[in-house]
Amino acid sequence: MGRLDWRVARLAGHRDETPTARTLLLDVPGWPGHLAGQHVDVRLTAQDGYRAERPYSLAAPSGGDRVELTVQRIGDGEVSPFLTEEMRIGDPFELRGPIGGWFVWRPADPAPVLLIAGGSGIVPLRAMLRAREEVGSRAPFRLIYSVRTPEDVYYADELRTPRPGVDVRLVYTRKAPDGARTAPGRLGLAELNSHGWPAEFAPNCFVCGPTGFVETVADLLLALGHDARRVRTERFGPA
Amino acid sequence: MDIVTPGFRGRRRERDRALPPGQYLAEDFPVLSAGPTPRVRPEGWRFTIETETGETHAWTWAEFLALPAETPRVDIHCVTRWSKLDTEWRGVALDTLLAGVDTAADFVMAHSFDGYTTNVPLEDLLDGQSWIAYEYDGEPLDSEHGGPARLLVPHLYFWKSAKWVRGLTLSHADEPGFWESSGYHHYGDPWREQRYQGD
Ligand SMILES: Cc1cc2nc3c(=O)[nH]c(=O)nc-3n(C[C@H](O)[C@H](O)[C@H](O)COP(=O)(O)OP(=O)(O)OC[C@H]3O[C@@H](n4cnc5c(N)ncnc54)[C@H](O)[C@@H]3O)c2cc1C
Repeated sequence: MGRLDWRVARLAGHRDETPTARTLLLDVPGWPGHLAGQHVDVRLTAQDGYRAERPYSLAAPSGGDRVELTVQRIGDGEVSPFLTEEMRIGDPFELRGPIGGWFVWRPADPAPVLLIAGGSGIVPLRAMLRAREEVGSRAPFRLIYSVRTPEDVYYADELRTPRPGVDVRLVYTRKAPDGARTAPGRLGLAELNSHGWPAEFAPNCFVCGPTGFVETVADLLLALGHDARRVRTERFGPA
Repeated sequence: MDIVTPGFRGRRRERDRALPPGQYLAEDFPVLSAGPTPRVRPEGWRFTIETETGETHAWTWAEFLALPAETPRVDIHCVTRWSKLDTEWRGVALDTLLAGVDTAADFVMAHSFDGYTTNVPLEDLLDGQSWIAYEYDGEPLDSEHGGPARLLVPHLYFWKSAKWVRGLTLSHADEPGFWESSGYHHYGDPWREQRYQGD
């Protein structure tokens, strides 16, 4: 079996992250392993042979035949409402991967890391945080995570108590939690400046989320002096 | 292998033309790039073709705009699975740019201002199959989509249509470019679904 052949995946369990996002725990016999940041292609086939395919990031580091995805439901979408609402435990579908060799964090790299997520863009970055923990890396990590409201935070328990060496900063764009000291607003230069790494530290920056978010943040990082070659981006699609 | 997923019906959309396998029709124009969007000013823009013997041909922005332009209307197919039909561009055909270039090379590497590269056989750029495009839908091409100018090779997956293109090097050897070195297909024909190495 070639590395990128289609494999059968079965839904083994799921966990709701938010009212509109669900983590799917999949069993994929013979899964070849992957690096944090890579994605898979998912293929759904209807009874009459009609097919739909979409890319989804791997939400956790490699761990045997178990693969995790986290899918945000898009209201009028073809694939994401099915994956998050209709698929039942034990149901089969196909996936192939891992795909992508650029938007990846390599555990041997000791350089500081700056992760910046908008909405569901947290998914591959969470895999990087978990990979760091699993290999016992001491690379200093900072995560800036932009969400609409406190109810929209994925992996909330993990992010509330980050590992030593990991800083997490949440930015609320619509509604801040009660008692928050900053009003809701878009992620801007000031926030990136105080909660990111200085450009002189030459961090590896990973920016992921809706296209408009990624464009804005990548531009701000360049304005702050970060080297374009160290800013890696993954654009999920429209906001 | 035909694995039917129970309960999945899909949302079939009406369309009058077939798409390549695994693609769906997008109404918007998604963006795929590996890094930040470079903002290239026309003043500093140069387009250079270097042959296998090291001979170079270069155009400034003003010289480039003075070349005969064409307005291709083409379908485009991105490896992340969206396709867009009947997109309208304006640009200079590679046939025009290569007309005065003396070469025996078979392969081309496109180079972009952000360091991006992608490889294409020379014969895929000729005979009205490719352009250096600087307008999209009647407007100057914006930087997110590769402006001031991008390569347009619509019969291959869209990563071959290098954004922010600054030049081509011609050679006898077929070297992999940026995505091609990280697992994507060397040639990238959407109708044969050549997404990844081995497809
Ligand atoms: C490399 C890569 C990795 C991705 N990883 C993830 C992931 O980990 N989790 C995840 O939830 N999604 C991820 N996506 C997005 C995912 O592939 C689908 O685009 C998304 O699930 C929508 O598919 P759909 O079939 O439900 O909607 P479609 O039927 O394709 O689209 C329905 C409508 O929603 C709009 N739309 C499409 N995509 C989005 C989007 N991302 N946000 C808002 N509106 C959209 C369309 O323009 C259209 O109007 C990733 C995309 C890429 C390119």
